[in-house]
Amino acid sequence: MNFSKSFRNTFLVILLSLIVSACATKKTTTKVEGQMQGDVYTGTDTVKYLADGVPDRVFFATNESILTTKSRDTLRKQANWLRENSSINVVVEGHADERGTREYNLALGERRANAAKDYLITYGISADRISVISYGKERPVDSGSNPLSWSKNRRSVTVKAN
Amino acid sequence: MIRLINLFFIVFFLLSTKAYSLIEIDITRGNLDPLPIAVSPLFQNDSSKRNSINELNIENVGSEISLVVENNLKISGLFNPLSKEAFLQKPDIAHLKPRFEDWALIKAQALITGKVTIEDQKLKVEFRLWDILAGREMMALAFTTVPSNWRRVGHIISDKVYERLTGEKGYFDTRIIYVSEEGPKTARVKKLAIMDQDGFNTKYLTLGNELVLTPRFNPTSQMVTYLSYFKNLPRVYLLDIETGTQEVVGDFPGMTFAPRFSPDGKKIIMSFAKDGNSDIYTMDLENRIVERITNHPSIDTSPSYSPDNRFITFNSDRSGFQQIYVMKSDGSNVKRISFGKGLYGTPVWSPRGDLIAFTKLHKGKFYIGVMRTDGSGERLLTENYYQEAPSWSPNGRVLIFYRETKSNDKGEGFSAKLWSIDLTGYNERQVQTETDASDPSWSSLLSN
Repeated sequence: MNFSKSFRNTFLVILLSLIVSACATKKTTTKVEGQMQGDVYTGTDTVKYLADGVPDRVFFATNESILTTKSRDTLRKQANWLRENSSINVVVEGHADERGTREYNLALGERRANAAKDYLITYGISADRISVISYGKERPVDSGSNPLSWSKNRRSVTVKAN
Repeated sequence: MIRLINLFFIVFFLLSTKAYSLIEIDITRGNLDPLPIAVSPLFQNDSSKRNSINELNIENVGSEISLVVENNLKISGLFNPLSKEAFLQKPDIAHLKPRFEDWALIKAQALITGKVTIEDQKLKVEFRLWDILAGREMMALAFTTVPSNWRRVGHIISDKVYERLTGEKGYFDTRIIYVSEEGPKTARVKKLAIMDQDGFNTKYLTLGNELVLTPRFNPTSQMVTYLSYFKNLPRVYLLDIETGTQEVVGDFPGMTFAPRFSPDGKKIIMSFAKDGNSDIYTMDLENRIVERITNHPSIDTSPSYSPDNRFITFNSDRSGFQQIYVMKSDGSNVKRISFGKGLYGTPVWSPRGDLIAFTKLHKGKFYIGVMRTDGSGERLLTENYYQEAPSWSPNGRVLIFYRETKSNDKGEGFSAKLWSIDLTGYNERQVQTETDASDPSWSSLLSN
């Protein structure tokens, strides 16, 4: 009886540790594949800086234009920078990955650029300092055909216009 | 810029032959047993050969025209042109009166013969189509045109033969406008290009200084509409490919894209993106009146009219994902028609009116397919890593689209090519282009 109980416990422990290790493996692979959360890019490989500590771009999930917590953080930094440099105007470029039809991606890029623009506006930047342009899937930064490359390409980039 | 209309064609029937014939081709099914046809070189006499060299720098234009015809018939998948080496009869004699037994011996069921002359800077071509099994002439036609038009003569003969044997209009005397692509994926240079349907006579219409996308023919004239990033302002343009003149379509305070002509050629339908929302608009090309057709916070794009101008199909993500919709051309009665698994985009109404071709994305694969206009009867014609943007041949029997290959992690191995496939799902072929290519659009028949 005792033996069988302890056996059952051992079995449960093994089972649990298997589940845990399965999860762990999954997490590690995502990390190794390259700094993605869900399918949003969280790395810094392609990121440029408008000024010290002000990243120029934010990343999106597939088919999405929702700003992640990290994106909002980046955009607040951009807003601060724009406030401090009131003579600078910007263009927000919206981009999509290569896994969508060309025309839809043009619209999606425009939607993403506007999501970033709207956020900058809510942080006090005047709308006439920000223009948007969508490149759809026409201007990838990473030319690979894999989930990590695609995640780097789903982006909006704030570029100085003057 | 391009001489298209200034070619004059005088066509007359040598004999009216509506007689019953034994051969016919059913093009509604995949044709696994193409019709054996002999395309005899068109006969050209010696004096004409000298003129041919002088005018065109081609020794035997009759032979060249027959090769154009042979290639067209072969790529249609409906015909099996027989090897000329097996032909027993000389072209000039066969053209007068074929010895049907000789042609039957090499298993030809149909025979094309003809004669060309070049005199006084005119190219005169006559040809006959013969039914070998019935032992009689099925059709005889003659054309007169300028010598430089000789390839078009080949296309017109192909169309006449196709029409006589299938009962439907051909699609050979047509052109494809597309986007020529060069350079690495991250800095692709794109130019508008136009070529004959068989890949010859390629001409580049822009220099590659600005990004250009999605050219589409006006079905009724030599006008093209496309998207250009000229001065970094993505706008829909209208281009006259004969004169080279172009203009921006409408005066929109933002990106306009996904243009297409209405079937009567009088309007351009397109998307206009503003504040993160894309809706569908039309502009009348005569009075320049702009109308808003959809008004919805979702992305509405890739619009295409039905051939009777009464309906519009488009894709929208109003359901949460990209799907295909149909509405009346005033924007009322919007109905979703795609309900299969996956995403659906780029709907294009068939010139015959009965089908809508589309791109589908499901489980990481892209498909070109067709469905009825109410969304029933979905049929996927081809599956690949990436392909999209089908465009119909003017007779509604063939689709042309572009396909991209997967690149490796370094971005190598990428290519973009044009492909065509029959509505039946058979006869998938790469369409030859000088460079990488995408966004093809098929013209109407240049001659009728």
